[in-house]
Amino acid sequence: MTIDATTLKSIFSDIATAIAADRDRLCALDGVIGDADHGIAMELGFNAARDAVSALGAEADPTTIFNTAAKAFLNAVGASSGPLYATAFMRAGASAKGKSVLSDAEFVEAFRAMAQGIRDRGKAEPGEKTMIDAWVPAADAAASASAQGANAVAAVEAAASAAAEGAEATKAMVAAKGRSARLGDRSIGHVDPGAASAVTVITAIARSLTAAQT
Amino acid sequence: MKTKKLINDGARAVDEMLVGVLAAHGKHLYAVDGSPRSIVAKDGPRPGKVGLVIGGGSGHEPTFLGFVGKGLADACAVGNVFASPPPDPIIECAKAASGGAGVLFMYGNYAGDVMNFDMATEMLSMDDIKARTVLTTDDVASATRDQKQKRRGVAGNFFIFKAAGAACDRMLSFDDCERIARKANDATYTMGVALAPCSLPQTLRPNFDIGTDEMEIGMGIHGEPGVKRDKLQSADRVVDDMLDRILAEMSPSRGDKVALLVNSLGSTPLMELYIMNRRIAERLADIDVQIHATWVGNYCTSLEMTGASITLHHLDGELQAMLDHPCDCAMFRAG
Repeated sequence: MTIDATTLKSIFSDIATAIAADRDRLCALDGVIGDADHGIAMELGFNAARDAVSALGAEADPTTIFNTAAKAFLNAVGASSGPLYATAFMRAGASAKGKSVLSDAEFVEAFRAMAQGIRDRGKAEPGEKTMIDAWVPAADAAASASAQGANAVAAVEAAASAAAEGAEATKAMVAAKGRSARLGDRSIGHVDPGAASAVTVITAIARSLTAAQT
Repeated sequence: MKTKKLINDGARAVDEMLVGVLAAHGKHLYAVDGSPRSIVAKDGPRPGKVGLVIGGGSGHEPTFLGFVGKGLADACAVGNVFASPPPDPIIECAKAASGGAGVLFMYGNYAGDVMNFDMATEMLSMDDIKARTVLTTDDVASATRDQKQKRRGVAGNFFIFKAAGAACDRMLSFDDCERIARKANDATYTMGVALAPCSLPQTLRPNFDIGTDEMEIGMGIHGEPGVKRDKLQSADRVVDDMLDRILAEMSPSRGDKVALLVNSLGSTPLMELYIMNRRIAERLADIDVQIHATWVGNYCTSLEMTGASITLHHLDGELQAMLDHPCDCAMFRAG
């Protein structure tokens, strides 16, 4: 498939809808090991990103859409999720530079760039109980599916399953980054809220691509 | 069950508060044109002076914006409730505070604040404004002593910002301002105790669960779990537990001087703070530690959380001079 401005805008809109529906669950997860505001920050950020990209004209290229989303998300939120997701979108924008639309493989490359951006900004490694524990396996799964010839929908669906497994695995981890790191062993047994919201985001991207394909 | 608050709309709470703050404190403060979350001292920034920019999430008032004024911080970047401000308002604060001698960023050590202030620093280097960062890490409960750099910044911000603000106001060099800021942080120790949770304006739900007969020693100012949950004890026993942890690290000698802050996390009344202060004064007199100055009240709150914190600021001649230097802020005056 060809992923154009309309599809990218609908992806941001679908993520915003999914995050809004999930807001209270994310806040509750954060209340166990953090300060109970993660769902609020994610909702604010994706609403701002959706509104900013939907205001762009039909001629906007993918890089402009990603960079617009990054700036809107960052300035609406601050917090931790602001710099992390803003860096993700800026990296996706950089990977799409010069292209007017994205092929399946190029979209998967932008998706991988997002995960790498989050990893670089947060300086987190897998196993530290952060959103990286969902984003890294998701990016790896998408890349390997794509390398085996899967289209963008199949690749991001594989990413969503890998993210869900990764998020579930954070239950057994001891938090090593962010506010919950101060909890030590008391963080064991709880899903990391950042990993949980990453699953919601990636699943929404997969659904949005599926809808755009049909 | 939803908590009760006098708000209009949770999503507008921070911006409406800022309008009210400027209405009350227009003599001291203004917001940068086009950047309402960048609050600047009217009588602070001037040529040749190191600019002091503080900032962080809302919900801790009078921290941070109450400490903007002559002799203390030049500007404050205001975030959403319990959330770091994004880079843009930080950049606007730095520009407003810059007198050409460098800008010092000071804020509590939280992952989100670090990322946003660091992004602002990167962007400012393109504008030829040099920003340096001193993180506050006064919360004794939040990491072990050998991992002091991982600790959170809490109520002790008050003394640390005060020292840095005085150094900047005395027109000291960028290096000296930074040195004094770091020294003040190293000399400041805070322990908190929480009895009941707060709730965010956007959720109106308690942000953690705690039994009606329980307390949590070392809880963070965003409700981050602390070091120990226990049955609620008498004020004296709670003070002893907190003070023992502080003194074990500070290890003062006889005759040493400290400044003391007994701070409410929001709901705990002055009566209880003074009862705590009575015990603190007794304990310090027992070990012949002199209290140079005491502040009691709401200095670093966590919305309406019930609980309190104790901060000791271990003085030497230089830090005492910085503490005694006059300042005139919207919500705090000294000297």
